[in-house]
Formats: sequence, C-alpha cells, structure tokens
Amino acid sequence: MQNKKSSGRTILAHAVLIILAFMCLFFFYILIINATRSHAQLQLGFSALPGSSLITNLMNVLNDPAIPIVKGIQNSLIVSGCCAAIVTYFSALTAYGIYAYDFKLKHAAFTFIMAILVMPTQVTALGFLRLITNMGMDDSLLPLILPSVASPSVFYFMHSYMQSSLPKELIEAARIDGSGEFGTFNRIVMPIMKPAIAVQAIFTFVGSWNNYFIPALVITSKNKQTLPIMIATLRGADYMNFDMGKIYMMITIAIVPIIIVYLFLSKFIVEGVTLGGVKE
Amino acid sequence: MPNEKKIKSVSYAKWGYIFILPFFLTYAIFSVIPLVDTIRNSFYEYYYSGLKAIGPNWVGFANYAEMLAADLPKYAWNTFVMWILGFIPQIVVALVLASWFTDARLKIHGKQFFKVVIYLPNLIMASAFAMLFFAMFSNSGPVNNILLSMGVIGEAIRFMESTFGARTLVALMNFLMWFGNTTIMLMAAIMGINPSIFEAAELDGCTHIQKFFKITLPQIKPLLTYTLITSLIGGLQMFDVPQILTGGQGAPDRTTMTLIMYLNNHLQAKNYGMAGALSVFLFIISGALCWIVFKMNTDPDPDGSKFAAKRARNAAKKGGNA
Repeated sequence: MQNKKSSGRTILAHAVLIILAFMCLFFFYILIINATRSHAQLQLGFSALPGSSLITNLMNVLNDPAIPIVKGIQNSLIVSGCCAAIVTYFSALTAYGIYAYDFKLKHAAFTFIMAILVMPTQVTALGFLRLITNMGMDDSLLPLILPSVASPSVFYFMHSYMQSSLPKELIEAARIDGSGEFGTFNRIVMPIMKPAIAVQAIFTFVGSWNNYFIPALVITSKNKQTLPIMIATLRGADYMNFDMGKIYMMITIAIVPIIIVYLFLSKFIVEGVTLGGVKE
Repeated sequence: MPNEKKIKSVSYAKWGYIFILPFFLTYAIFSVIPLVDTIRNSFYEYYYSGLKAIGPNWVGFANYAEMLAADLPKYAWNTFVMWILGFIPQIVVALVLASWFTDARLKIHGKQFFKVVIYLPNLIMASAFAMLFFAMFSNSGPVNNILLSMGVIGEAIRFMESTFGARTLVALMNFLMWFGNTTIMLMAAIMGINPSIFEAAELDGCTHIQKFFKITLPQIKPLLTYTLITSLIGGLQMFDVPQILTGGQGAPDRTTMTLIMYLNNHLQAKNYGMAGALSVFLFIISGALCWIVFKMNTDPDPDGSKFAAKRARNAAKKGGNA
C-alpha cells in the first residue's frame, strides 16, 4: 500500500518535470531548427527536422549593412566584460572597506547600501539621461559601464561572503608582515574572494549582455548599438517583409552563446544562485 | 615599549573611507544627482512640440494630477495583472518542485538535469525571448502551424490580437523565466529546515500533504515573503517582454502597456515633466518595497523567536505580579 502510493507520487513528479523541461526547451528547439531553414521553407509550415540553409542565413545576417551584428556583438562584449570586471572589483573593495575597518560612518554606510539594495534604476532614468547628455557622454558605451562601480546587491553578496570566509586575523597578520592596505586587498583578499567573484562576474556579464532599457535610451547611432537594441529593431514596421530565416538566425546569435556557456558552467551557476540569496 | 604603543594606536579608519569612496562617489553622480533632477523636472511643464521646447514652466503638482486622471491607473493595473498571472503559477510550481527535489524519500532520476533545464530561461535575453515568442505565436507562426496540422484547431488563433491572449503570453514568458530561479531559492530554504522535525512528523504518521502545509510552508514563510516582495519589484520594472512583443504599442488597445513602457514613451518623446512625475510615483512605490526588503534583511529576529521569548517572559512576570 505504502509502496504503491509512493510510486504513484514518483510517476507524477517525473511527468510534471518532463512537461516543464519540455516547455523550457521546446522554444529553443524550434528556434534552432528554424534558423537552419530558408524563408521559403518557413512559409510552407513547421518541420521538426532542420533545413539546409544554416550557412546561407548566417551569411545573410553577417552581410546585412542595415544591422551591423558583428559590431553589435563587439559592443555587447565590451560593455558586459567591463561591467563584470568593474562590478566585482569595486563591490569587493567597498565590502572590504566596511568589513575590515572601523570608522565613524561605517554603520551608516552599510545601512544606506542595504536601503537601496533593490531600488530599480529606471526611476532615475530621466535625470540620468539629462546628466550624461550634459557631460557629453550620450551615445557612448561609457554610461553603460561606469555606474556599475556602485552595485548594492553585489556588495551585499561580497560582504556576506567575507563574513563567512575572510578571517580578520589574516588581515592583521598581513599588516604585521608589512603589507600595505591596498596590497593586502589586491594580493591576499582578492584571491580568497575568487569563488564569490566568479559567481558575480557571470551573473553581471549575463545581466549586462541582456540589458535593454537604458542602452536603448542612451545609444542613438547604429555602430554603437548592443545586441538587444538590434533585436528590438527587428520588431520594426517592416517585419512582414523580413526574411524570417534571418530573424531566427539573429535571435540564435543573441542567445545561443549564453546557453553554451551555461551548459559548461551550469552546476556552478545553479549553486551560485543561492550562495548570495539576492538577485535583482 | 613606547614604540609598540605607537604602532597599536595607528588608526586605519581613513582606509575605510578610501575603500568605500568609489562606490559612494559613483552612486552620488549617477543616481543621487539624477534623482534630484528627476524630482525637480516633475514640477515643471517641459516638453518638446516638434523641435521646439515648451517650458520649463513651474506648474506645481499639475503633472501628477494629469497623470492620475489619465492613463497611470490603467497602466498600473496592466502591469499588476500581467505580474500576478505569471507570479501565481511561478510560486506554486516552484513550491511543488522544491519540495519534491528535497524529499529524500522521492527518488527523482536526472535531478541535476531538471535543475539545469528549468533555470536556463532565466539567463536568456528577455528581448530576444520576446522576439522569439512574437515569431512563434504570430498568425502563421510555428505554434499555429503545429496546432493546425494536428487538427487541434480549425483556423489560426490570433494570440496577440486579444487582451487575454497578449497578457497571457507576457505572463507565460515571465513564468518561464523565473520559476526555475524561485525553485532553487526555495530548495535552499527547505534544506535549511531541521530534518529532525520531518522525522518526528513521519513517526507521528504525517502524510506528505500534512508535512508540506504544517511544516514546510510555515518554516519557509520569511523567504516566501521575501520572494513575493522582490518579485513585485521585478514586476514593477516589467518592460523588455511586452515592449518587444507588442512593438512598444501595448497592443491590443494599450492593454499590455506597462508603467515602464509608459515611462519609456515619455523619455523617447523628451516629455520631461510627465516622465518626471511618473518616475516619482515609481520611486515612492519602490521605496516602500525597498523598506520592507531592508527590514527583512537586517532583522535581528527573523523567525520571531526572540519576540516570542520576550512575550513569554512578560506573561510570566504579569502572572507573578497577579
């Protein structure tokens, strides 16, 4: 009786999981299949088997002067890479400043960062756009990178990690050995923080790679667009006249690199989600 | 001896300030100044009519009044409906999956595979995902093709031309992108529950359903609240998916227009006064939600045990006095 009941539960659990996994993978399967088919084949209806136009579609996308996708990939890589490096370094630096030193405003600084932890950036977008226009930074990649020096949620993650993994005696020992304060941070603290830095670098890179709202408002010229902005232009007025094979290929270029990297690092990433407990 | 004393009294406080300076400087420049400027703009009539700037003229709270009288409540409602349509299945599915994944008596094959797959959509570029859905659910897209060829439907479903269809598609995407993330967060919370509570319940003959409702749910209540609030903040920022899916139109008849899409329209049109007023509304709502998150993160008594102890002590004292 007990056995029967629990095997029923096992079957139910597997059925639900298979349906959910199917829902998650089905759309990407169609995406990749359709990226290999020509516009004419796509008009004929759906097919579960890949077509033979993968290279043709890829070439059509790469050679379209209206959508400089190679430049887009480059811009996205620059912004995401710089953000990942800056976010992790400066968040660790800020967290270390508050964790390792005693100063009058220490508690106030920590409280302030915790208060703005989940504040959406969109609420200050108006002033932000006006500010960077006045500073002459409109239509450039800099305003997409510089603000990431102040990332409250990554700070919180780093601070929690230091509390569990960075003994203060170690800092004291480094001081006795004559290490300078910046030297201690760069040569002793940063290596200890490596696991936390890796997790946050990945999440920041992905978040920045996918970011659409602010970049779409800041960037106006074609050769500075990042990938999400280019994807959005596909949804423009001439959608009906567009080569569908090309559309699927562009979406593939935007998301498949992330999927591939994820498959290699999946175990690490899935564990990283709960390490910090905070995600925007 | 005096030398040693000197070393001990070296103050490192200035290094604390130096290390946190870049953060606060950046935050002041790129967030505080823009916030002040945004609030200031909300009190002015300031927009572009063609290339000609109208204003800035001081109008007090006129922008706020106009916004409340016109479209703001409608867009707030749209945002809320699409959020809740996605959030309810998200939290229910995540709870069920998390309790299955953490149930030692339930042998799930390929647990790691399922965890990896359900988390995958969370990392996908939302704008590309929306573009993909737009192509798939279009009138002659693959989904209609498959349903037609299977004979499930007689003619193509016009998903994006009905309010319900368009909102459901947005909610479905939000659900797919977030249920895996929530599952993994809840799993960590459930694994943090003392296993002896479950063992005792099993000895007492508790069923799975009882264990779930009487132990698991109450034990992870703080995290559930936290998930609810952070998801609300995420919902408030809903933009990429409906923007791309409807080409910024919020079709049909602006029923999928969210608050941030509305803000985006005003920003694109350089309609500074109205964009400012809308931003201040959003700032107040997010501020309230931030405060709740802040309280939960810095709560010295997260499970209420200290409060309970204090109450018991007070009750004992009172009893003693009487």
